[in-house]
Amino acid sequence: MEVRPDPEATAPELDPVPEVDIAAIEAAALVPSISEIAEVEETRGLLLSAHGVMKRFGGLVAVHDINFDIPEGSIVSLIGPNGAGKTTFFNIIAGIYDPTGGRIAIRGRTMVARPIRPWLEPVLWVAPAAIVGILTALVIVPTGSEVLEFIGAALGLGLLILMLLAAIARPDWYQHLLLRLGIFRSARPNDIVRAGIGRTFQNIRLFQNMTALENVLVGMHIKLKANMFDAMFSTPRNRREEIESRAKAEELLTLVGLTGVGGEIAKNLPYGDQRRLEVARALASGPSLLLLDEPTAGMNPRETSDMMALINKLRKDLGLTVLLIEHDMKVVMGISDRVTVLDHGERIAEGSPEEVRHDPKVIEAYLGTPAS
Amino acid sequence: MSGRLQAIRGGGMGGLRASLRTFSGHHRSLTIIGGMAIVGAVLPILAVLPPLSVFQGQNVWVNGFANAGVFVLLAIGLNIVVGLAGLLDLGYAAFFAIGAYTYAYAASPYSGQHLPFLPMLLVGAFVAATFGVLLGAPTLRLRGDYLAIVTLGFGEIVPIVFLNANQYTNGTNGIGGIYKPEIPGIEFSLLNPWPFYVLMLVLVTTSMLLIYRLQESRVGRAWMAIREDELAAASNGINTVTTKLLAFALGASTAGFAGVFQASKLTSVDPGQFQSTVSFSILVMVVLGGMGNIWGVALGAFVVYTIQVVLLKQLNSFFESLNVPILSDINFVTYQFLLLGLALVFMMLFRPEGLFPSQRRRRELHSADTAAAEADSAAALAETV
Repeated sequence: MEVRPDPEATAPELDPVPEVDIAAIEAAALVPSISEIAEVEETRGLLLSAHGVMKRFGGLVAVHDINFDIPEGSIVSLIGPNGAGKTTFFNIIAGIYDPTGGRIAIRGRTMVARPIRPWLEPVLWVAPAAIVGILTALVIVPTGSEVLEFIGAALGLGLLILMLLAAIARPDWYQHLLLRLGIFRSARPNDIVRAGIGRTFQNIRLFQNMTALENVLVGMHIKLKANMFDAMFSTPRNRREEIESRAKAEELLTLVGLTGVGGEIAKNLPYGDQRRLEVARALASGPSLLLLDEPTAGMNPRETSDMMALINKLRKDLGLTVLLIEHDMKVVMGISDRVTVLDHGERIAEGSPEEVRHDPKVIEAYLGTPAS
Repeated sequence: MSGRLQAIRGGGMGGLRASLRTFSGHHRSLTIIGGMAIVGAVLPILAVLPPLSVFQGQNVWVNGFANAGVFVLLAIGLNIVVGLAGLLDLGYAAFFAIGAYTYAYAASPYSGQHLPFLPMLLVGAFVAATFGVLLGAPTLRLRGDYLAIVTLGFGEIVPIVFLNANQYTNGTNGIGGIYKPEIPGIEFSLLNPWPFYVLMLVLVTTSMLLIYRLQESRVGRAWMAIREDELAAASNGINTVTTKLLAFALGASTAGFAGVFQASKLTSVDPGQFQSTVSFSILVMVVLGGMGNIWGVALGAFVVYTIQVVLLKQLNSFFESLNVPILSDINFVTYQFLLLGLALVFMMLFRPEGLFPSQRRRRELHSADTAAAEADSAAALAETV
């Protein structure tokens, strides 16, 4: 049997991960209290503000104590070497991961944080029905009135169904009720979209077998009102909405430079166009903040400059705020107002592109320490 | 290339076909109603013409067609769950059973009730939908194989509950003497299959129309998005929980619909009618017909049911009457699942997208071909450069 050399042993020492004391980090992690979450802070022109965000995967601290603000109308970039925690941070904002510590407020309202007493939520679903049931059993049954018994049972069942539906749709009153009872559930990805944040993915995640137009129409989901019955009975509202939404989708395709490809299957589009289509789909929900995860990855120089022009246009024409993860320094330095640099999950620098470029810590993170 | 070939092959028919296609593209609802009307008119005529008339009389055929309609309904309902939303449901017959038993309780001497048929269609659908949500809610986190296993379990549990809850369901014997549909002006009887046939046509057409419209709407797009990429769908604002539950509920309600009709037509229900083989048969119909395409699925259900239940039985008596040495000894009905299995294997090998696939499915399953074509064109490009 061939003995293979252990790659770990022979590999040259590559930038060792600094020893982290997870217990200490965990202890220091800012886990917000329910009163902090319930409080609506003043926005000071900030669209999004992250306070001490931390995410731990098992023994790996992917993001550690990040404070991060996105002022309205700006283009903010997040850079850092591979594995620095950029995409993790992104996914926390987008509601895909619950953070281990810290919180993220969108327009002053905390939407993402570590859940507080999530186990109490199912109790809340059952409690009203249970109370009605017990009252019915104790008070009404002895009276022997069948009508009242029926009303009691129906009320109990109705309350149970109502609470379960509320748990699925999470309307505002339900959220307030949760907060009042000291329960906090972090927002789901679809709640984040409703709060006005659209995103693209690092590895393109289009709906591959749907047409470009259909992709944009799916992106428009929260804007459209037609429900199941509108569609089934083809109500005027549904027909009008379908026509309008199609026109709007064509417009968005034109905006990102994909005029006339609406009928193409997404996976048959060239790579650069797929990236553009993802942007169009993210724009379709009418966001005020657009999260772009490496929008120019794998693009040639011309496609890259087109994408930069597009991002600039989005800010100018639509007044969008953009958070950008990017590796291409030309892009980052060219269009960002502020740049934040992450390394090993920590924020090592923050400032204007010019300041960051000359920051010794940043140079070290990217190029290593100079040989002495 | 293939497009050009097709155009040549189409010849004179090409123009007609193209204009038909544009017509159906613009008037989809009309196409479904018209198409079903034509199918409904042609089937009884076919039954008196040679190949079919050899086997059995027209009335027997029409009766068989009405029964096949039940499975067409089931297949287009399952198509919502499996074909559109991409949730593999192996226990679909459970909802069929729930619909059937709902009507059995509502209109039979066993329960002493006699509620009218037409409203009960909706009630049966609603009850089945409720159970669809009840099954769907706890399984939403599951995907693929795991979901299939849970639904399979549900499909087993429901008939067993009906079997063992003797006191309420009359166990193995089931509930008999269920009242036939009562619609003013039309008389339903066991001897005359025509009213059932027409009623079935109306039910299938209505369901197809509603489901088709749904499929082309915001809701249908959300289902497809979830099937394609659940995370991306959620990140585009789709509430995956409600959307999946809706698929389960609508699929189940179609089965409930079919169940009420079945109970009223057969006038008896028993747990044996809703075994897991029924679930599998429906799934096979959906797969063979072409997942995602409502016409394909309906046709798949019709063909599979007719072969399974009518043709194989007739084949037996046909060969017996001819007295062919070996063939007359074979009982084809016992081999129905073998034949179905073989058909499925060949289908997966040669035409995995089904007989009449949706455009989308075809793309999905032939991505290798398109990739090859792209490689070809890339090579050609390289040569020219």
